[in-house]
Amino acid sequence: MMNPQMVMYEEELAQLQALTDKLRHDSRSQTILLVDKNGQMIVTSGGSTDLDTTSLSSLVAGNVAATGGIAQVIREDEFTGQFHEGKDISVHMTLVAGRIILVVLFGKDTTHGLVRLRVRKATSELTAVFEALERKAATQSPQQNVFAEITDDDIDNLFND
Amino acid sequence: MSFINYSAREINCKLVYYGPGLCGKTTNLQHIYNKSKEDAKGKMISLATETERTLFFDFLPLNLGSIRGFKTRFHLYTVPGQVFYDASRKLILKGVDGVCFVADSQEERIEANIESLDNLRYNLEEQGYNLDALPYVIQYNKRDLPNAMPLSELSEVLNPNKVPEYEAAAVDGTGVFETLKALAKQVLNELRKGSS
Repeated sequence: MMNPQMVMYEEELAQLQALTDKLRHDSRSQTILLVDKNGQMIVTSGGSTDLDTTSLSSLVAGNVAATGGIAQVIREDEFTGQFHEGKDISVHMTLVAGRIILVVLFGKDTTHGLVRLRVRKATSELTAVFEALERKAATQSPQQNVFAEITDDDIDNLFND
Repeated sequence: MSFINYSAREINCKLVYYGPGLCGKTTNLQHIYNKSKEDAKGKMISLATETERTLFFDFLPLNLGSIRGFKTRFHLYTVPGQVFYDASRKLILKGVDGVCFVADSQEERIEANIESLDNLRYNLEEQGYNLDALPYVIQYNKRDLPNAMPLSELSEVLNPNKVPEYEAAAVDGTGVFETLKALAKQVLNELRKGSS
């Protein structure tokens, strides 16, 4: 059994990028990440180049998984939001479409209230894109999938260095 | 769950190193980290206790190069091996694409190996996976120690289905990359099968 793959296409990526850019602007936050629950980063908006988004994504996913585990133990539904308050930067995390984590890093030039408000508005739009993406991936014919053409040599060549 | 980004032309896969406490899962990742080229690896993260026992997971992102124009990225995770961290182990297995079971070859650890392997199977099943249907390799680690059991005996007990198995001494790197390559190949093959 193989897991259902998550796929991302040009069109949806552009939509997600536009929505996160708008959210960052509207909430006056510094950086926004969309991360899947397994820790794969999907989209990032803003943020300095030295921000290690790969590590951040993996840790965010671990954090959400751990709080999900806590919810199970205390027989609560999944916690949909989390907030970590820092001295200079705070982090707001929300689940979108049940499988995507929306991460907002923000500083002193905005408030948690504004971030929450804008995130709530953006969540429904983001959910619509992810749902459309899921439908598109489900209907894509195998012929369009590039991996059907991979040969044994292609795979072996990866390890020749 | 693999993540295929057609826009960025990337494939992302998740590999998990599983096994009993102190079998060498973290040591495997450390060796891979130390021997990989700078541009092929990200930062290695270890969420560990003060005594350097894995508390939640180790994480190492690795770029293996391109395949048909797609960058292949593997996210390597270890689980905490100690028995009482079972809840955390289950979380790490979510979305897994391939599993490496790291067995401790020492005679006195055979029971711990069996228990951990049962635990792996059980935890996977709980999340709807079947170990026999997943990309899966076994590594017999610590082959350099004098009290290591004969390979045939270990294999008989831990590998009844004869999945690919490798001898290793992760502390000096022996067998580490062979194991990783074998698992990565299985995962990519599975991707291909899934698309045909």
